[in-house]
Amino acid sequence: MENNGHEHVIEVTDLRRVYGGGFEAVSGISFSVRRGEIFALLGTNGAGKTSTVEVLEGLAAPADGRVRVLGHDPYTDRALVRPRTGVMLQEGGFPSELTVAETARMWAGCVSGARPPAEVLALVGLESKAGTRVKQLSGGQRRRLDLALALLGDPEVLFLDEPTTGLDAEGRRDTWELVSALRDGGTTVLLTTHYLEEAENLADRLAIMHEGRIANTGTPAEVTAAEPSRISFELPEGYFAGDLPPLGELGVTGHETDGRIIRLRTHELQRTATGLLMWAAQAQVELRRLDVRSASLEEAFLGIAREASGERATTTKEYAA
Amino acid sequence: MSATRTTTRPTPAMTTPLSRMTALARAEMTLLGRTKGALVAALFAPLVLPVSTSQLSKEMDLAEVGLNTGTLVLPASVGFSLLFAVYSVLVGALVVRREELVLKRLRTGELRDVEILAGSALPAVLTGLVQCLVLAVACSALLDLSAPSAPHLAVVGLLLGLVMCAALAAATASFTRTGESAQVTPMPLMIVSMMGSGMLFPLELLPDRVASVCELLPLTPVVTLVRGGWTGDLSAYEALGAVATAVAWIVIAVFAVRRWFRWEPRR
Repeated sequence: MENNGHEHVIEVTDLRRVYGGGFEAVSGISFSVRRGEIFALLGTNGAGKTSTVEVLEGLAAPADGRVRVLGHDPYTDRALVRPRTGVMLQEGGFPSELTVAETARMWAGCVSGARPPAEVLALVGLESKAGTRVKQLSGGQRRRLDLALALLGDPEVLFLDEPTTGLDAEGRRDTWELVSALRDGGTTVLLTTHYLEEAENLADRLAIMHEGRIANTGTPAEVTAAEPSRISFELPEGYFAGDLPPLGELGVTGHETDGRIIRLRTHELQRTATGLLMWAAQAQVELRRLDVRSASLEEAFLGIAREASGERATTTKEYAA
Repeated sequence: MSATRTTTRPTPAMTTPLSRMTALARAEMTLLGRTKGALVAALFAPLVLPVSTSQLSKEMDLAEVGLNTGTLVLPASVGFSLLFAVYSVLVGALVVRREELVLKRLRTGELRDVEILAGSALPAVLTGLVQCLVLAVACSALLDLSAPSAPHLAVVGLLLGLVMCAALAAATASFTRTGESAQVTPMPLMIVSMMGSGMLFPLELLPDRVASVCELLPLTPVVTLVRGGWTGDLSAYEALGAVATAVAWIVIAVFAVRRWFRWEPRR
């Protein structure tokens, strides 16, 4: 369980989760989260993120495998784990007829070492809604109420299941700032999201889930490093793909053609771009619709989805790397 | 957010089962007051229905079975209160909380499962208790009801009835999917109890064989014990039998809840 800042607060080993009907939502995943780290489970709907988090929260027992939160089994050692964790479910969970303040007061009565309810409501900008019934809140306001309650006990470990779904851009940014500040204060955060931007901005490390498995994991930089950068442009009038300089020599690892549009993949973006632009300059042609972008999480994410569906453009040509 | 925290932090003031249940019960009490249907069922039905029982009782030959209007109406009133204010209100509350994902949310916290159910049940149980006390006073004042000759039996009967109705409500909620069906699923027990547990007419007026089956119904021992508390003509053997029947129903209900209660809606 130790130490020097590398203590694993969450440990998941070969976790499987199977629902009553036999559907396997999580098919043997392993990962660990260090203290003071923000770890994101990224994936499309149905990837198994919530099914995983529910086991970590202690709401469900694993079908197989081992889960430890703060060194304990969150399902069987509930009483030891709960006072130290905060949970934000994917949706709802508040009686619609209670006001915001009543809801916070009720929850505060059930949390060890609870902060004053007004304090956490202010933290998420809901202080002016204290007297409003929950049913009259917008979706985004409900998300913020949920976050406030998860923070009531000043938890060591925070589980956030899609914390910004339904929030507008500003609310999302506020939540990111709040979660980052909590991390800086030493809180360990496990969040799920299907927003790539959120994982990229917020997470220290992440795992991309797909169909119950972890398809890729690491820091955002590590995950994207394996991905190629992309260049696309329209072939100049009167030119054919064969007129381009030899692509392999420019560091291109693969290309696709889509009508007049050429898409290149490369792990050496500067070399490829330079070669291409020099060629264009010498040929005195304009590369219309030129788009040069470095590898991103989006590429990694889409790549996983593409691989899974076995969908490959027929014109794709792979070069030996 | 500026305070840096490390792995050591001051031990926070820990909650206790009592403090947690109180917080939950307080919120549930507020909700009970804001749900009109539940409020009517809880407050008015048990106060209105006894009047009809007392009307019916005039056509019965009660003296023959050692009863009078008071000793028929009061136990019946307790039964109505348990069925309407406790049982049916609580089935609705638990099912709606489940639909709203409140039960799931509560389970992410420090409350244990039994505390969630007990805390949610507390307001309804208290309403039922207060109502029964009010009814006892009212019946004593308005009907020809003398002081109870074996009050301990009435107290035991009432307490068993409150616990039983809360447990049966949770059991019924286990088999109720939506708030709408919660209007219907409590009906069988309510109707059977009114007809067969000595609430509308004493079991002594039924054929022996039917009466002995009716004695096994959940609310019969409660009615029997409360009535016996006033008339004082319940033998120790009969009283123990009634207590055993009530306890058996509580055990069955608790078993059903542990086995079948669902904390979140079906997907």
